[in-house]
Amino acid sequence: MTHLLEVRNLSVRFHTVRGIVDAVKNVSWHVDRGETLAILGESGSGKSVSSSAILNLIDCPPGEITTGEILFDGRDLLKASPAERRAINGKRIAMIFQDPLSHLNPVWTVGWQLREVMLVHGATRVEAAERALDLMRRVGIPDPEAALDKYPHQFSGGQRQRVMIAMALAMKPDIIVADEPTTALDVTVQAEVLRLLKALQQEMGMGLVLITHDLGVVAEVADRAVVMNAGEIVEAGTPSEIYHHAKHPYTRKLIAAAPGKGAMSTATGGREPILKVEGATKTYGPFKALDAVSFELEKGEVLAVVGESGSGKSTVAKAILRLIDADAGKALWKGRDLFAMPPRDLYAMRREIQMVFQDPTQSLNPRMSIYQIISEAWVIHPDILPKARWRERVAELLAQVGLTPEHAGRYPHQFSGGQRQRIAIARALALEPELIIADEAVSALDVSIQAQVIELLAKLKRELGIAFMFIAHDLPVVRDFADHVMVMEKGQVVEIGTVRSIFENPVQPYTRRLLAAGLDPDPEVQKARRLALA
Amino acid sequence: MTNPSRDDPNGAPTVNPLLADNAGPATAASPVTPERPLALPKGGFATVLAMLWRDKFATAAVIFLCLMILCAIFGPALLGEAATKQNLRGRNLAPFTLDHGWLMVLGADALGRPLLARIVVAAQNTLMIAAGAVALSATVGAALGLTAGYGPKWAGTLIMRLADVIMSFPSLLLAVLVLYMLSPSVANVVLVLAITRIPIYLRTTRAEVLEIKERMFVQAAQVMGASPTRIVLRHILPMVIPTLVTIATLDFAFVMLAESALSFLGIGIQPPEITWGLMVAQGKQYLANAWWLAFWPGLAIILTTLSLNLLSGWLRIALDPAQRWRLEITHKGGRT
Repeated sequence: MTHLLEVRNLSVRFHTVRGIVDAVKNVSWHVDRGETLAILGESGSGKSVSSSAILNLIDCPPGEITTGEILFDGRDLLKASPAERRAINGKRIAMIFQDPLSHLNPVWTVGWQLREVMLVHGATRVEAAERALDLMRRVGIPDPEAALDKYPHQFSGGQRQRVMIAMALAMKPDIIVADEPTTALDVTVQAEVLRLLKALQQEMGMGLVLITHDLGVVAEVADRAVVMNAGEIVEAGTPSEIYHHAKHPYTRKLIAAAPGKGAMSTATGGREPILKVEGATKTYGPFKALDAVSFELEKGEVLAVVGESGSGKSTVAKAILRLIDADAGKALWKGRDLFAMPPRDLYAMRREIQMVFQDPTQSLNPRMSIYQIISEAWVIHPDILPKARWRERVAELLAQVGLTPEHAGRYPHQFSGGQRQRIAIARALALEPELIIADEAVSALDVSIQAQVIELLAKLKRELGIAFMFIAHDLPVVRDFADHVMVMEKGQVVEIGTVRSIFENPVQPYTRRLLAAGLDPDPEVQKARRLALA
Repeated sequence: MTNPSRDDPNGAPTVNPLLADNAGPATAASPVTPERPLALPKGGFATVLAMLWRDKFATAAVIFLCLMILCAIFGPALLGEAATKQNLRGRNLAPFTLDHGWLMVLGADALGRPLLARIVVAAQNTLMIAAGAVALSATVGAALGLTAGYGPKWAGTLIMRLADVIMSFPSLLLAVLVLYMLSPSVANVVLVLAITRIPIYLRTTRAEVLEIKERMFVQAAQVMGASPTRIVLRHILPMVIPTLVTIATLDFAFVMLAESALSFLGIGIQPPEITWGLMVAQGKQYLANAWWLAFWPGLAIILTTLSLNLLSGWLRIALDPAQRWRLEITHKGGRT
C-alpha cells in the first residue's frame, strides 16, 4: 500500500569541521491523508532533519543525504529536479515554523505575504485577494479585512502563528509539516492553536506532521507518534501505546521526566517573611505592567509566579532587583525598602538577592571562561572570599551544581544548554545569596534536563535554605517545586496561595482556565479532558 | 543531531544535551579543547606562534609588518643619505636594473634619487603618522562611543551632535584651517587626521554598545552589583574591540593617502621629508612615462594595509574563545 508521504531509510550526515555527524540514521515513517503523525524528540535528536529533507531545506554541503528515499504520492522527491520540488514545496507540502516572528518578513503587510504565496504558484491577483481574506477568517483572526493591511509586529504571538497557518494553508496543501508550532506560545494560546490545526486538518483532509518535544502536545493531537533519540527512531505507535507501554529505555526515561506527577509541597508557611512587596506599580504610558502587586516571601521557601506572557511576572522580578524602577509601592527586604534604596546600599543588597535568567546562552559572557564568570562575583564583592581561595571555591561550586572542576577553564559555548544553566546557578551561588529569582530558568531546557535542574534547585533549597522566586509559565514544573503560587494576569495578582490550594481548589476563573489549558502527557487523561471541554 | 548551522549561532555542532549531561565530563563538552586547563593565548609565546603558524597568510603578514617596522626604525639612519642624494643623470631611471647599484633596483625618481632607499626611509614618517592617527582616533572614538552608549543620556546626545558637526564639516577644510594656524609638523598632522576619523569609531562603538548592553550577561553583571565602569570595560569593550580593530586596519590606508593629500596642498609633511603618500602624490604627474614613481610607494601602502587586515582577521579568531579552536586543531580533521 502506498502512503501519501513516506520516508524510507533516510540517513543524513553533516560534514562539519569537527568530523562527520550522522544527524539521522535509517529513519522511516509515513503519514496519510487526514492523519497526524507526531515526531517526538529532544533538542539534537534529529527530529527536524527528516522534515527539512522533505522540503529540501538541508544545505548540501555540509549536509549530505546518504541513503533513503522520500516518496510523495509514489514519487521520490530526492530524485526530482529543483524546479519540480519548488512546485511541490508550499503548494502541496507546506511548513509551519516555531517562531512566526522571524519567519514573517517585517517590511511587508501580512496580506501581501499571504497573496505572494498564491501568486508564486500561479493564482491571479483577484483570486489571491479573495482567498487571503477567506483564510484570515478561517484561522480566526478578528477583523480579517483590516488585519490584511497590518504588519507582522502588530499581531500577538498567537495571532502570528495563525497567520503562518493561513499561509501554509494558502495552496490547500496535502501535507503540513509543523515544526514546534506552539513552543513559543502561552499555554492557553497553545491549546487554541492546536485546536485550530486539528479542526482545519479534519475539514481539509490534510496529513499533518507535527514535530515537538512536548508529550502533552503529542497526547492532544497525534494519531500516531515516533520517538527519536540521537538520530534514530526508538519507538513508534499510538500515543497511548507509547505512553503506557513504552519499550525503549529512552522513551521510558522521557516519560518519567515529564513534570507534574510528584508529591506537592505541604509547607503552609507562618515563618517570618524576608521579602514583603506592597502595592508595587509600574506603568509604561497607558499600559500597566504592574498594578498594585503585593505579596510576601518567607525565608527558605519557593514562591512560584505564574501567568501568561505580558502578565507582569518578569517585571516584578526586575523591579525587585532594581533593573527597572517601580513607579510606586514598597519592597521590604528584611525591613528595608528596595525601591527607595540609594545606590551604595544596593550594592550590598545584590549579594543577598541573585537572579538566574531564562536563556543561559545569553546570560553568560561568551568571552569569559567559566572560572572568570564565577569568580567575577568575588571581584565585585572582594570581602566574600580571599583571592587565594577562589580556585578552590570555584571547584566546590561546580561540584555542587553537578559539573567537575576541570570545566573551569572552558568557555560557555563548549557546554550544552543544561550545563550552561548549571553554570549560571553556580555563579548565583558564588555570592551566597538568601534569595534567588529564577526567571523562566528551566523553560528553555529539554524535559529531562529540566527535571535535573529542578532537582538541583530543590537540593539547594534544602541544604542551603535559599528562598526562590520561581517565575514560570509551565504549571507542571511549578506543581512539583513550589511551596506557594502566585497567579498573575495583566499586571495584577489574581490569586495567591499554597501550591495545594491553587492546584486543587483554584478559586479564580483565570487560574482555572490556566490549569485547564495545560496539556497532560497522558493521552487518556488528555482525551477525557478534551471530551469534558466539548 | 540537527543541522548545526541552524541550531547554534557559532556553527558549533550541537551536543545532545541529554547524552552530554549524563555522560559526564569526558564527553560532555565539545571535543575542541581537550585537556587544556586554560586555553588562553597567554599560555605562552610558543602557543601564540603555533596559532599564528596555522594561518599562513597571517604569518606572512606579520613577517612583512616586522620588516616594515625595522625599516622605520633603522631606515633613516642607514639610508638617509642615499635617499636624499640627487643624481640628475639618473632621472626617472627605469626599475629592474642593477647597473647603477642595488639601491636603484626599483628605479629612481624625478631627481634621480633611488626609490628603494626612499621607500625604506619614508616608512618611518608614514608609519608614525598612520599609526599615531589611527591609534589616537580609535582610542578617543571608542572612549566617547562607550560613554555615549552607556553613559547618561545627555552625554550621549552631546557626543553624538559633536560627531555630527565633525562629520558634516569637510575634513580637508578642517585640516587646512588647523594646519594654517599650527605649523605642519608630524604631531599636528596626526592630530588633524585623528580628529577627522574619530566619528567613524565613535558611531560604530556606540551602535555596538547599544546592542550589547541589552544582552542578558550585562544584566547578569548588574544583578551581581558590578559598577558601570566594570560592565563597560569587562563586558562590553571586549565585544566591541574586534570590530574596532578591523575598522582601524582599513583606516590605516585611508590615513596614509589623506596625509599625502595634505602634503600635496602644502600643509602636510613637506619635502625634503618623505612619506609614501607624498611619493605617490609626486609620482602622479609622471604616471604616463614613469609608472614606477607612484607604483612602488603605492604597493608599499597596499601591502601594509593588506598585512594589517590579514593580521586583524587572525586576531579576531584568536581572541574569540568560540572560534579559537580553528587555530588550535593540528590537522584539518573532517574538513571535506
